[in-house]
Amino acid sequence: MILLTRKADFSAAHFYWNPAWSEEENERVFGKCANRQGHGHNYTLEVTVEGAIDPVSGFVGDLKQLKDIIEREVVSVYDHRHLNHEVPEFATTIPTTENIAIAIWRRLNGKIEHAKLHRVRVYEMPDLFADFYGEGA
Amino acid sequence: MSRLIAHLSRRYRFSASHRLHVDTLSPEQNRETFGKCNNPFGHGHNYVVQVTFSGPVDPATGMVTNLSDLDSFAQHEMLNLFDHANLNTLEPFLDCVSTTENLSVEIWRIFSSYPHAKLERVHIEETAKNSFDTFGGGAPSHR
Repeated sequence: MILLTRKADFSAAHFYWNPAWSEEENERVFGKCANRQGHGHNYTLEVTVEGAIDPVSGFVGDLKQLKDIIEREVVSVYDHRHLNHEVPEFATTIPTTENIAIAIWRRLNGKIEHAKLHRVRVYEMPDLFADFYGEGA
Repeated sequence: MSRLIAHLSRRYRFSASHRLHVDTLSPEQNRETFGKCNNPFGHGHNYVVQVTFSGPVDPATGMVTNLSDLDSFAQHEMLNLFDHANLNTLEPFLDCVSTTENLSVEIWRIFSSYPHAKLERVHIEETAKNSFDTFGGGAPSHR
């Protein structure tokens, strides 16, 4: 079994806010991230798939196809957008790095031919990233 | 979203000096074993420590753990101790050589007491070319 990873980048705005809490509680828990005008990051996405090497092509999966799926399902939806206001899954879910990794897993899972989704890694910054290995992991 | 398990990783940096030397070896054996790292006056590195925690994503916060809690813990329990220090003068290395392997074990001990998430991995980059991982004594995870 081989793991294959493709990277992509997107830049987006977000903020953290739990509508069930008071303004003071949101600011206490989320600090600067609770500023409702939003702020932004250059995110780096790493999508890792696993599979066997096809004896004819020598590929685990078609990297061009994986790139196209990531572009269609994630980058075209997230890039240069405000995640809270413009991406449906974050209308009711706080767009933390953890939740972004889970949401991207859900967008990609089942759409990649010939290989199985192994890990979604989202870097919010070079020094902070979240990994998600699936709903049963 | 339900309480799914995610992994969160954070990188910290500190600069410290050390010297690799074991009193039970002769000066020649120390030089032979540790090479340049046995220089009597010591030398230093910009260490990068990457810690990985797992846990359920809290539906109220969307987080495995609040980064401000983790950063505060790292500052008080690790950075205040190691940054701009000589590792050999610190308690954990009085009886044990200050290799990055042993530093990894000490940093695992420190972060394993973090109360809000489960420590999965400590990864230390001593230089851009040398890195070390510990998983708390268990077998390395396939992840």
